[in-house]
Amino acid sequence: MSEAERPPVLRTAGLGLRIGAVPIVDDVSLAVREGEFLVVIGPNGAGKTTLFNLLSGLTPATSGSVTFAGRDVTRAAPYQRARLGLGRTFQTSSIFAGLSTRENARIAAQAHLGGSADVLRSASAARVPLERAEAALETVGLAHRAEVPAGALSHGEKRKLDLALVLCTEPRVVLLDEPTAGMAVEDIPELVAVIQRIHRDGHATVLMVEHRMDLVMGLADRMAVMHHGTLLAVDTPDRIVANETVQSAYLGDPL
Amino acid sequence: MSDVVLLLITGLGLGALYFLVAAGLSLIWGLMRVLNFAHGAFFTVGAYAGWTASTALPSASPWLSWSISLVAGIAAGGVFATLTEVVLIRPLYARPVGQVLVTVGVSLCALALVEGTYGNDPKQILLPDALTGTTTILGAAITNARLLVIFAAALVLVLLLLFLSRTRYGLIVRAGVENRAMVEALGIDVQRAFTLVFAIGGMAAGLGGVLAGAYYGTIDPSRGTSMLIFAFIVTVIGGLGSIGGSAVAAVLVGVLQQFLNFYAAAGVGDFAVVALLAVVLLVRPGGIAGSAPT
Amino acid sequence: MRGRTLLIAAAVLALLVALPWIGVPIPGLFERSLDAPGTLNVLALCFVFGTLALSYDLLFGYVGLLSFGHALYFANGAYVFAIALTRWHVGLPAALALTALAAFLLPLALGAICLRMRDIPFAMVTLAFAEAGSILVMQNPLGLTGGEEGLALSADALPAALVGVPNTHNLYWIALALLIVAYAVARRAVDSPAGHVWQAIRENERRVAVLGLNPYGFKLGAFVLSAMIAAAAGVVYVLLQGGANPQITTSGFTLALLVMVVLGGVGTLWGAVLGGIVYEYLDFRLVALANAPVLQAFPAVVRIPLSEPLFLLGLLFIVLVLFVPGGFGGLVRRRAPAAP
Repeated sequence: MSEAERPPVLRTAGLGLRIGAVPIVDDVSLAVREGEFLVVIGPNGAGKTTLFNLLSGLTPATSGSVTFAGRDVTRAAPYQRARLGLGRTFQTSSIFAGLSTRENARIAAQAHLGGSADVLRSASAARVPLERAEAALETVGLAHRAEVPAGALSHGEKRKLDLALVLCTEPRVVLLDEPTAGMAVEDIPELVAVIQRIHRDGHATVLMVEHRMDLVMGLADRMAVMHHGTLLAVDTPDRIVANETVQSAYLGDPL
Repeated sequence: MSDVVLLLITGLGLGALYFLVAAGLSLIWGLMRVLNFAHGAFFTVGAYAGWTASTALPSASPWLSWSISLVAGIAAGGVFATLTEVVLIRPLYARPVGQVLVTVGVSLCALALVEGTYGNDPKQILLPDALTGTTTILGAAITNARLLVIFAAALVLVLLLLFLSRTRYGLIVRAGVENRAMVEALGIDVQRAFTLVFAIGGMAAGLGGVLAGAYYGTIDPSRGTSMLIFAFIVTVIGGLGSIGGSAVAAVLVGVLQQFLNFYAAAGVGDFAVVALLAVVLLVRPGGIAGSAPT
Repeated sequence: MRGRTLLIAAAVLALLVALPWIGVPIPGLFERSLDAPGTLNVLALCFVFGTLALSYDLLFGYVGLLSFGHALYFANGAYVFAIALTRWHVGLPAALALTALAAFLLPLALGAICLRMRDIPFAMVTLAFAEAGSILVMQNPLGLTGGEEGLALSADALPAALVGVPNTHNLYWIALALLIVAYAVARRAVDSPAGHVWQAIRENERRVAVLGLNPYGFKLGAFVLSAMIAAAAGVVYVLLQGGANPQITTSGFTLALLVMVVLGGVGTLWGAVLGGIVYEYLDFRLVALANAPVLQAFPAVVRIPLSEPLFLLGLLFIVLVLFVPGGFGGLVRRRAPAAP
């Protein structure tokens, strides 16, 4: 089966969010194919993060629908979408600062494996989630920091832990909101390698918001361009770069 | 008919008192995200400051004496609130829960001091004859003091709305309630708006304390706490941060309470108000004026 | 380190169990000797409040839920138990069963509504419900609660071993057992997988949701567990006081709880227990200070504040919030970072 024929795992139809009369995201129809790496670009305020919030259910849509893994999840709560296999990270590191790095990952692993609601046993008694957590920390290169409270990690380490939590839940589709934001340039390749592992070894479909074009060109199967809350174009990176509408959106509309 | 009119106006009067406490609470919450437990103490301190002033400065004219107590109550509420904000809330801006806890402490201390100084027994309020007299409205004899309370709260509502829409600080407060981060990003000194909101809220609560004395005829240390709780309910029902919403909810709560306490049984009205709160939360989590949950 | 902590805990426990046989006076701390019923009663009340503070810490310190209505669930246990015994005459076992049922159902129903809100609106709504409970108790519906007078237990409703001043040591042991069991249950719960999710919710609720866990269900579970422990404390309180009184339904009582937990340090369990014990003890001793003849010599500006226990406790509370955010527990942890 060729790329284009694969059924979409995540699809939106006319998806929108209005606050008062102001459209924040407007009429976005997007079909994401199973296994693809889709990068979302667009100027600041284009609605990229809001789109992610609509997809993951943190913000209820005011129009349109979201279909995920063959189900209409437009009205589903964030945790229900996550259980179906939709994982995500946030623009700023979103971790459990007061808990140890290992415990962060263990909670994520247990969320995926089940048994989180147990109040009778000790959390450290369940071996499988713990092993999964250790493995995820190993993968992102945080194994040596497992005992440290997550809040005490460096900025780059927090971003890695963000990804480790995603790894632990083995998502089918993962939304990464600017995973490299604020990272030192020399740390970025390591993080990109982890993202690629999630994509290839984890067989996850990836949607990623990213500004660094140099990075994006090598990663993306397709790119989606957002502008003023609308979806301007979805195409291969080469054709997106050559697209005149996209160019004028960026150049004719100074940030 | 006269029962209905009487209950309606008594309820309006009660709603007016709730509003005087709720207005400050709602603005403080809206702008600063501080749940101010000390607000009941501002009310109580206002009430006792008024009583103390009018007994310490006996005047030939009951009107003059009562006016002095009014001014003293407003001033005491305002000064107490301003001090609370400047000395205790301000150092804790990085710790929102700490701010709430500190207001709890202020409330405990202030109430204990009032009880220690004045005792637990109610104190009689001496009112000018004109206020203890009644006016007949549609067959119901209404105590003038209650009409005055309603009038005063309406005046405060109008003044607050004018302040919010016509003055520079009012606009800052309103914008800050909508989006505090944006106002701060514009380089506007929100700090001063915080203090101002506390001062205004404290003055309104202090005024409420003195007026409650006129409404009930007595003051006692525990009324502030029950006022505070119903004012909390009013602010949640009205939509946190909305003055108009608070006013509507205050009237609704006060009138509902009076009618049910009279026609059903004492206490049923109080109970129904809490039930109303639960219903509003289930149906419309943002309150009357709000659209989205906070 | 861990072994030594256990050893100290075991020694303290053994001492507390043996206390009713130790007839030594501790001048300054207690007016009478340790085995005197008066002293045992004060200590037992301290344990009850330690348990109550513990249940509050479970909610506030571990899940981050700031409830202003926790008194309601303590009163729930106290009043249902007292009413079942004295008004319905159902006997002790049935009264306990009824209380357990109410202790489970009330927080389940009210928590389900309150938890639709977050943060401060949640606090306000819990406060409103507790106020409704307080009004209900004061109104004395069907003559059940005794209104402002409170509800005294009739002595014949209880086994002889639980009645009368000479049997105070039995009640003391019950209160101690309550505290130990509650601590064990709470400790187990916060160390369990669910307990760790509670802490994750406290840190970052949104992330918990996108990991696939429903924060609402976890919060409701913690709310109910915490309320049930509070209700158990309410039952023992009734036994100790010989009845229920409306003071335990007031918002002021919940605020006192908050003071206890912050006093002891949030999120440690044992800190809250200590806070509850110290608060209750101080409250008791400060009343004695208020009546001390030496105080009468001072002018009113000094005398009045010193004779109001709530003023002194409130002041201590403000100072702790401003300068010692971790409470006593935080002070200890700061000195010995390796402690559990």
